[in-house]
Amino acid sequence: MHIIESGNVAAAMGVKLARTQVVAAYPITPQTPLTEKLSEFVDSGEMEAQYIPVESEHSALSVCIAASSTGSRTFTATSANGLLYMHEQIHWAAGARLPIVMCVVNRGVGAPWTVWNDHQDSISQRDTGWIQLYVCDHQQIIDTVIKAFYLAEFVSIPVMVCYDGYLLSHTYMPFDIPDPAQVDKFLPPFTPEYMLDPARPKNLNTVTLPDTRTDIHGNTAPGYMEIRHNLHSDLRSTLTVVEEIDQKFQAVFNRGGNPYVEKYKCNDAEFIAVCLGSLSYQLRDVIDALREEGIKVGVLGLRLYRPFPHHAVIEALSGTKGVIVFEKALSYGNQGALFGDIKSALYNADRRPKIHNYILGLGGREIKTQDLLDALRNSCTDKEKMNNTPKWVGLKL
Amino acid sequence: MATKTTILDLPEDELVHPGNRACAGCGLSINYRIGLKALGRDTILVVPPSCLTVLQGLYPIATTQLPCLNVTFASTAAAATGVLAALKAQGRDKTIVAAWAGDGGTADIGLQALSGACERDENLIFICYDNEAYMNTGVQRSGTTPQGVITTTTPIKGKLQKKKDVTAIMAAHRLSYVATASASFPLDLYDKIIKAKTFSGPKYIHIHTPCPAGWGFDPRYSVKIGRLAVETGLYDLYEIEYSKWQLTGPSKKLIGKKRRPVTDYFNTQTRFKAMSRELIAGVQKEIDAKWEGYADT
Amino acid sequence: MRKNDFGSKKSHSEPGPGDGGKTGSWRVVRPVIDLKKCIPAKTNKMACFACWLFCPDGVVTRTIPPEIDYEYCKGCEICAEECPVDAISMIVETTLIKEEK
Repeated sequence: MHIIESGNVAAAMGVKLARTQVVAAYPITPQTPLTEKLSEFVDSGEMEAQYIPVESEHSALSVCIAASSTGSRTFTATSANGLLYMHEQIHWAAGARLPIVMCVVNRGVGAPWTVWNDHQDSISQRDTGWIQLYVCDHQQIIDTVIKAFYLAEFVSIPVMVCYDGYLLSHTYMPFDIPDPAQVDKFLPPFTPEYMLDPARPKNLNTVTLPDTRTDIHGNTAPGYMEIRHNLHSDLRSTLTVVEEIDQKFQAVFNRGGNPYVEKYKCNDAEFIAVCLGSLSYQLRDVIDALREEGIKVGVLGLRLYRPFPHHAVIEALSGTKGVIVFEKALSYGNQGALFGDIKSALYNADRRPKIHNYILGLGGREIKTQDLLDALRNSCTDKEKMNNTPKWVGLKL
Repeated sequence: MATKTTILDLPEDELVHPGNRACAGCGLSINYRIGLKALGRDTILVVPPSCLTVLQGLYPIATTQLPCLNVTFASTAAAATGVLAALKAQGRDKTIVAAWAGDGGTADIGLQALSGACERDENLIFICYDNEAYMNTGVQRSGTTPQGVITTTTPIKGKLQKKKDVTAIMAAHRLSYVATASASFPLDLYDKIIKAKTFSGPKYIHIHTPCPAGWGFDPRYSVKIGRLAVETGLYDLYEIEYSKWQLTGPSKKLIGKKRRPVTDYFNTQTRFKAMSRELIAGVQKEIDAKWEGYADT
Repeated sequence: MRKNDFGSKKSHSEPGPGDGGKTGSWRVVRPVIDLKKCIPAKTNKMACFACWLFCPDGVVTRTIPPEIDYEYCKGCEICAEECPVDAISMIVETTLIKEEK
């Protein structure tokens, strides 16, 4: 069924369709309408779930961690400082291998206060061991939320579904609501290998030694380092699973594809712009305009940021003349985080393109198509020397 | 109290394995051992970092025979909420969910989540074992460290501020059941946990828990010193059932009786050695006034 | 890849005794019960058991007579202190070890 609704409502519908059992959330702009919608679903009886109106984001994820450890499918959502307040629990959820799904409605972080969009919140969580997915439109939001549960539960790793605050969360766009029976067909109930149960007592996340240790059965149990290595290697293996799940989803719903990167006019491109989130759709107009000027340029939007899809990035970017990374976040004092990741991926490529970094849109600063056009043209025509120093777009003072 | 359990009625079943890493003479070991007997096997525990994390055992061996979720310091009551929500979603809601935290995990870093869970009326039992400092990290002051006490962060003059009354804070949430207990009165503690299980919503039990290493006394005297805290009238055993307050057992018996001077308690522990005569006299005065108030009730 | 291939290593502990080893080795003094004084032993009645109640480590049995598990008893002396009839004396381990040899 097609409807016109906001991105936050699309996310809430995905959570409902996934038959989420426990939702815990704390209001923060621009995530709020998503949790309001979920409260409404639960309050009206439309959704059979426990909705926990916690007193903080830290507690929101704590509830999810505990509920997931007790065998229930769980969801939370937040933005900006709420996400930062969860930080300890974000690491914890991944280390405990809990398949929690969280929507991050991207917003800049304080200080100073801003409620508008950028990616500094979720980028700051990239090293926590979560899977990070970035989406570009409302259809992707609802579909990705459903796929995220499948993925998280398959690999026992939590998933962040990141979408741009206001640009997607509060805009109204048409999308198709997946048929509930088909969702049930795609997404089986959550069946964890262990859940807290008095009939089978286990003590979870106990202090773990630097070295291995013999368990009560006489077997060698891992040390902290093996457990952490397992998280990393499972994240790398997730790259294969992401593709399998996307194919499975396509078979049921007849849409999807591009689980790693979404390409626009990349096949013959000499230059490729790279970014996360809805910016890649905005860049499409810029690409078309530059192509009319005779510059062969394309855009590559990363759908999966962690685990980092090296193969897809190298395949798309190796052999081009230049790569231009547009970012709404940065590692202060260095460069854009995505820029660093793209560079490191290309280091081992056969043919390394020149690479350039633009920082833009922080705290919701308007990203003008003309600015994008100028920046991209300058980089493609060597007017702007491509180097390691990020250039800021749209800076006024 | 509705029931008075005797030593002979106490379940023989031990839910805590021996050979754990708790110090010899640990007050927590006593109240944990007795407390788990009261909670019973159909219980899921939630535990934040504290001495109990060490007592619980290092991976892959668990000292506790109940399912237990170890959680981050600030998250205990929220995590208990999550366990309850999942159990409810699955129709397994007969299982008891109990949080067992230290004074730091309750009065300081854990207070926000605990207050939130109480306001949401979560059906949990929150047990605080109060050894009156951060013992697991090496005896740093906490919100419940009494005034005058030497800790590693109040090393010379002792703590300048008064002990935070967490039980009163919990009572202000208007819970169905709030109680204080002591590791030195295990049967009173047992009965209070059994009673807490009969109420719905959040229940809170605060256990005074002697710590030989942190308080500076010989492990042999753990029980004796906890008893002295009650007998001197410093630490009262009481319960509040739907806002109805009453002293229980050993504290109740002190009404109208001559209590031992507080110095009998202070002199047993090196942590009080910085207390001035004036401070001690002030505490004695405060305790006397408190008990005069009790006599009127 | 199969679902079971993932999350094979997690910190999930299973209950068992002796996480801290044989904690009896911590002991400097050993509690020894004088059965002539011990109330349940003397009267042959299920009574007293203060030692069982207060033992932090649950290494005393509620039996006639009470028995102490020296493999795990940490030697805290609480049982000796709490025994109402002073039936438990604490003997220095080294003297006992010498005697045993």
